[in-house]
Amino acid sequence: MITETFVFIILAAIVAIFSILSVTTKRIIRAATYLLFVLFGTAGLYFLLGYTFLGAVQIMVYAGGIVVLYIFAIMLTGKTASAGQKSLGMAKRAAALVASLIGAGLLMFAFISHKFVSLSLNAETTNESAAPIKEIGSKLLSSGEGGYLLPFEAVSVLLLACIIGGLIIARKR
Amino acid sequence: MFDFTTVTQWIDNLLTSAMPTWAATLIECVLVALAVITLYAVFAIILIYMERKICAFFQCRLGPMRVGKWGSIQVVSDVLKMLTKEIIDMKNVDRLLHKMAPFLVIVASMLTFSCLPWNKGAGIIDFNVGIFFFLAAGSLGVVGILLAGWSSNNKYALIGAMRSGAQIISYEVSIGLTMLTMIILTGTMSFSEICQQQADYGWNIFRGHIPAVMAFIVYLIAGNAECNRGPFDMPEAESELTAGYHVEYSGMHFGFYYLAEYLNLFICAGMASTIFLGGWAPLHIYGLEAFNNIMDYIPGVVWMVGKTFFVVFLLMWIRWTFPRLRIDQLLSLEWKYLMPISLVILVMMALCVSLGLTL
Repeated sequence: MITETFVFIILAAIVAIFSILSVTTKRIIRAATYLLFVLFGTAGLYFLLGYTFLGAVQIMVYAGGIVVLYIFAIMLTGKTASAGQKSLGMAKRAAALVASLIGAGLLMFAFISHKFVSLSLNAETTNESAAPIKEIGSKLLSSGEGGYLLPFEAVSVLLLACIIGGLIIARKR
Repeated sequence: MFDFTTVTQWIDNLLTSAMPTWAATLIECVLVALAVITLYAVFAIILIYMERKICAFFQCRLGPMRVGKWGSIQVVSDVLKMLTKEIIDMKNVDRLLHKMAPFLVIVASMLTFSCLPWNKGAGIIDFNVGIFFFLAAGSLGVVGILLAGWSSNNKYALIGAMRSGAQIISYEVSIGLTMLTMIILTGTMSFSEICQQQADYGWNIFRGHIPAVMAFIVYLIAGNAECNRGPFDMPEAESELTAGYHVEYSGMHFGFYYLAEYLNLFICAGMASTIFLGGWAPLHIYGLEAFNNIMDYIPGVVWMVGKTFFVVFLLMWIRWTFPRLRIDQLLSLEWKYLMPISLVILVMMALCVSLGLTL
């Protein structure tokens, strides 16, 4: 139990520190790299909870996919992106402040109003009995009670549309 | 078959009887990490020696002969030389990212390395979504390569990194699809269960017959490209790009890339032997009981390492035989040929399994 708390504190510190670094740094490629470490920390939290599937998905989709996409995009858009931004004007600063205050308020509201179910971390909840991968797979492709077939297919149509749109923009004919 | 869990269980009992659980876990983690790092270094040395000798063999040369008998300690002295070299600091580079990139590559490589099952009960990272985790961890190395190219502030490095990134991301599709084919056959993603099944019912490449053999060939091609090795070594085409993404690295930082490249070859071969050739499962021929009994006496780790080095030899054979491809040929090979073929193999395997045509 004490080990888990200790590991959690380390992971939470990693997530917090790198989140702050990724928004305060002035070089965009460094921000992407810090974001990578934030995502590693989150994956670590899932592994700590024993939910290995979600941890692996986190690394695969976000760290291995999205961050690579970001870095590719930054590299393709040229050197100007890495030079560092000039400081913002007053109006933009005020707008950013208002937006972050509203965001923080919403988050705090959700956090406080949510009723957390207290589960004692014993062997049967932490281990892989949480959600077996077979159940996730059959729920994802079932059209019955609690099935996710329709959203699954809708997302795949959306992705197909994105691919075709990207190709049309890239071909320029 | 010898079960390695008896050894780990014994160590665990010994440690927990002497100290609290958290300390025992900590010591076990450190021991496992030391074992992984040692194996990593030893295999790298063996592979580099093997590559130089096999390259010489295919080119009708002798290879390293001077240092030690048959040049056997040539690589050890090369490693010592690499360790004593200066790491040069450069101006006008993003210093933090430049220093961090090799570590990202080597960490990703070590994570995938520890997924390999060495013997019955001797898998280091083993849980129910093992293969998925392997693919996820493998996709991290490309971040290190891209950052290395970007932070070097060098056009050759940048072009090499872009080529390498495009190549790795493309060929990952084929690797994922062929692995998915074998998951359909086995019905599980955990490495220990995959190996156990193959020990009980025969190797996957025999059970899955035609689609499995095709998947194996596609996997070998895609794996060779994933390791950035010839004929797909466009990222480091030395005649046009000097050295690719690691052109600005020196000393041990370059050494990390070098290590990771060879170990990725080993990991790729190890995964091929795990999911296609049975991992630690011995060769059994149905009906020949005496032969099967003799095969059972050979320890699992010998089977695993032996099969892996066999696949490594196949990959080196390909590397030193074929000329280099052009970058557009390389990408069209993946997107126009290999990926459609692996999709067809996936459907074929699904049909075979659902109609009960597997052996």
